[in-house]
Amino acid sequence: MAEYILEMNHISKLYGENAVLKDVTLKIRPGEIHALLGENGAGKSTLMNVLFGMPVIHATGGFQGQVLMDGNPVKIASPMDAMEKGIGMVHQEFMLIPGFKVTENIKLNREITNSWPVSKLLGKDLEFLNNAEMKKDARKALDSVGIDISEDTLVGTLPVGYMQFVEIAREIDKTGVKLLVFDEPTAVLTESEAAQLISVMKDIASRGIAIIFITHRLDEVMEACDNITILRDGQLVCTRRKQETSAEELAALMIGRGDDSVIKINGKTDHSHGTDIALKVRGLTVEMPGEMVKGIDLDVYTGEIIGIGGLAGQGKIGLPNGVMGLYPAEGSVELFGKPLPLNDTKTALQSGMAMVSEDRRGVGLLLDQSIEDNIAFTAMQVNGEFLTKPFGLRDGKGIRKFAEQCIKDLDIRCTGPTQTAGTLSGGNQQKVCVARALAMKPKFLFVSEPTRGIDIGAKQLVLETLVKLNREQGLTVVVVSSELQELRSVCDRIAIVSEGKIASILRPDSSDAAFGLAMSGKKVYEGDLA
Amino acid sequence: MIDRKKITDFLKKYIVTILFLVLSLTFIILGDLDMTSVARDLMKRLSRNAFIVLSLIIPIVAGMGINFAITIGAMAAQIGLLLAINWNLTGPVGILVAAAITLPLGALFGYLVGVMLNKMKGQETIGSMILGYFANGAYQLLFLYIFGNFIPLNPKVTIIGATGVKNTLDLTTNGLAQAIDGILRIPFLNCVYIFAGAGLVYALVMYLLKKITKKKALVTAGCSVVLAAVFCLPVVANCFNGKNSEAITVPGITWVLILLLCGFNVLIMKTRLGQKFRAVGQSQTVANASGINVNRVRLIAIMISTVLAGWGQLLFIQSDGMGTLTTYSAHEQVGLYAGAAILVGGASIDRATNSQALLGTLLFHLMFLTVQKAASALFGDAVIGEYFRAFLSYAVIAVALVMYAWKGNAKRKKKQKDLRTA
Repeated sequence: MAEYILEMNHISKLYGENAVLKDVTLKIRPGEIHALLGENGAGKSTLMNVLFGMPVIHATGGFQGQVLMDGNPVKIASPMDAMEKGIGMVHQEFMLIPGFKVTENIKLNREITNSWPVSKLLGKDLEFLNNAEMKKDARKALDSVGIDISEDTLVGTLPVGYMQFVEIAREIDKTGVKLLVFDEPTAVLTESEAAQLISVMKDIASRGIAIIFITHRLDEVMEACDNITILRDGQLVCTRRKQETSAEELAALMIGRGDDSVIKINGKTDHSHGTDIALKVRGLTVEMPGEMVKGIDLDVYTGEIIGIGGLAGQGKIGLPNGVMGLYPAEGSVELFGKPLPLNDTKTALQSGMAMVSEDRRGVGLLLDQSIEDNIAFTAMQVNGEFLTKPFGLRDGKGIRKFAEQCIKDLDIRCTGPTQTAGTLSGGNQQKVCVARALAMKPKFLFVSEPTRGIDIGAKQLVLETLVKLNREQGLTVVVVSSELQELRSVCDRIAIVSEGKIASILRPDSSDAAFGLAMSGKKVYEGDLA
Repeated sequence: MIDRKKITDFLKKYIVTILFLVLSLTFIILGDLDMTSVARDLMKRLSRNAFIVLSLIIPIVAGMGINFAITIGAMAAQIGLLLAINWNLTGPVGILVAAAITLPLGALFGYLVGVMLNKMKGQETIGSMILGYFANGAYQLLFLYIFGNFIPLNPKVTIIGATGVKNTLDLTTNGLAQAIDGILRIPFLNCVYIFAGAGLVYALVMYLLKKITKKKALVTAGCSVVLAAVFCLPVVANCFNGKNSEAITVPGITWVLILLLCGFNVLIMKTRLGQKFRAVGQSQTVANASGINVNRVRLIAIMISTVLAGWGQLLFIQSDGMGTLTTYSAHEQVGLYAGAAILVGGASIDRATNSQALLGTLLFHLMFLTVQKAASALFGDAVIGEYFRAFLSYAVIAVALVMYAWKGNAKRKKKQKDLRTA
């Protein structure tokens, strides 16, 4: 038996021109629990896609490097292939059927059947299920994860935490499983369930099955894992043994950029003492697929720039979308002391809020319309501006004048105000989005992922514009961004969202470790780490 | 204390069923109808239509909603029947040959429908309905122009002095009408006694094999005895045995076929394939993740349904009272009425059973019969019954679609509530 059950040596992967994995090596011993850490975009999921032979990898030109299992080079062609080679996955989103019994879920598409004459003639699909044998297997698998539920229970009636264990039981029931990948398994569990899960993982590992544990909860990593591999920007940062490290060091290594700000802004002020509350959010839940908000309380002070950060999928983008009424939301929101009705975008806009959406091409712009029409559209519809009296016809001259001013102020590179928005580059489209929000003359501005997919020059200009508006016109700005460096360079305060809630609110000059820990869901107090 | 929530849940689920029952009873009382003639007509219609309605179950279980494209299966059957008539085949042999032709044709059409439905996931119900309308055009082209011009036909089935198939084809002289129904006619009362006897034997055998509890065995046996006893009473028996009017009979072979299909629907769900139908029906994502070829499973479901519906259409046509095949319209409302019938029985867009299909067919036709008779008794015009049937069919389907969306919304709301409390 080789020393490592799995070796992924010098893996590199390009998506087009874009290198998402650069020479990453991951080695897993039999029976160890190995944590894989990293921010979004660090390359964790791409690495796992390579391991499982996902179609997306093969469809984009494969990868470089070598995968060895038990010391022998292997080619993993598809997820089914990975399954046959003994690699199992416990999904974050449960791959279970609620209307099926526990047994049926564990044995899904691997049913034990009896053949009869007709099935011999027409194929295995017509073999009858052998429920007794299936139950026996399911019982064995459930016992080995130490969970005391009947194998006849419908999965849909189980508490969420138990579903996870059914998934694990299913993976264990697969014969010859050597390596299990747990993708954020504790995200949906209560504390006691998470503790039980960790002990089950340890139990599984003690039987020689290796585990790759993907999580952002660092205390769980310290609790469960033997070794830790950290990725950042598609590169291997380091592999550490647990005994040699601490949660603080891991957090710092994950963030690890120190002070390389995008732009330098001076004069940051803490507005939280004695100033008015511009936006008061209490108990907000937003049902935005992939970005669920599960109860946010937040005060935004008049005149500040506040950043909302956190890992992707944790709910930070759900916040502006929920407040603006773009996705179904519940809770209570007050704007400048007045209650704001939720799920009502028009009222939100009329009461002085504007938003630059993260979905530039979908929500932000009318791609087939001209720049000037895009800029004027919302203001015209909502506030009745850019219309001539007395019939309310479109005020072409006024629009042209305003658009030309915007093009000059924001340095929108275009052939003129009549160019269609769809033909602009990403950065210039983003500037049009900002101009459109400004045409609303807002008192309160949400900016969601303002620099996603735009070049460095445009990035600077967009950020500088936000700061300028804040300083000169006293505009209150909420910037939501996945890029922490960007938030640290422009914001007065930064709230980190984890698992649909605000984990901590930090100063922009807080340490990398503080941000890393907050992203892992910990409440961080300033001064703890300073 | 009665559980109020249980009652409201029951009412919500069976509201359409109850409504149909109440309406039918109202019409019976209003029209002062003769129960024997209602029962006789009802038996005929139930026997005629049950097979088609049962063919809808598998696609519903596989999550494809109500397969209105069974219309296309009916077209396949009519092509088969036309060829059988064309070849001068008679009686049960003619029907058997038509059924044999329906098998490959229905499977092919079902495959094509399945490919289309796989491209419009989430819109199968409306998609299959539109495909049915589309296919109707192709069917007319085939029967009006291609048959006769490119595929030579016996002159007796073509329009005299032109090409194309006749409007109505006679099924009486060649013995195709009643070909299956006529093989074995059992008096209705005998059926009841056989059924009650079977219940008794079942209770006894299952109890001796220790498969059911003593209490359940006693209840089953008791019900059987009471049923038989009730139908022995002269007051009841005279309604059925022909003392007062023509006796009510049951087409034996047709019902054997219907029961076989019920058995097939139950057994297929106990196989690996059935497990796949159910898995795909409940979650395509999960089924896919466990290595099930979702599109293939959906194709198989539609193919089986289309072929079965074709056979059901043959049973329907041979049993039809007129003794003719109306070439260009016999298939038109097949999907609509069958879909409405199964929904009346308490099935939904994503759930259906044999008993719901049978109960639904029964109530749907009871309603239609009673309204027709009540209308002719009250207004001297039976057409209003026809109007009522079409109107209520669409209403039932609309209600089912709304209920389905509403259920989905309720689920979503609950999820959001859970989010907040979590």
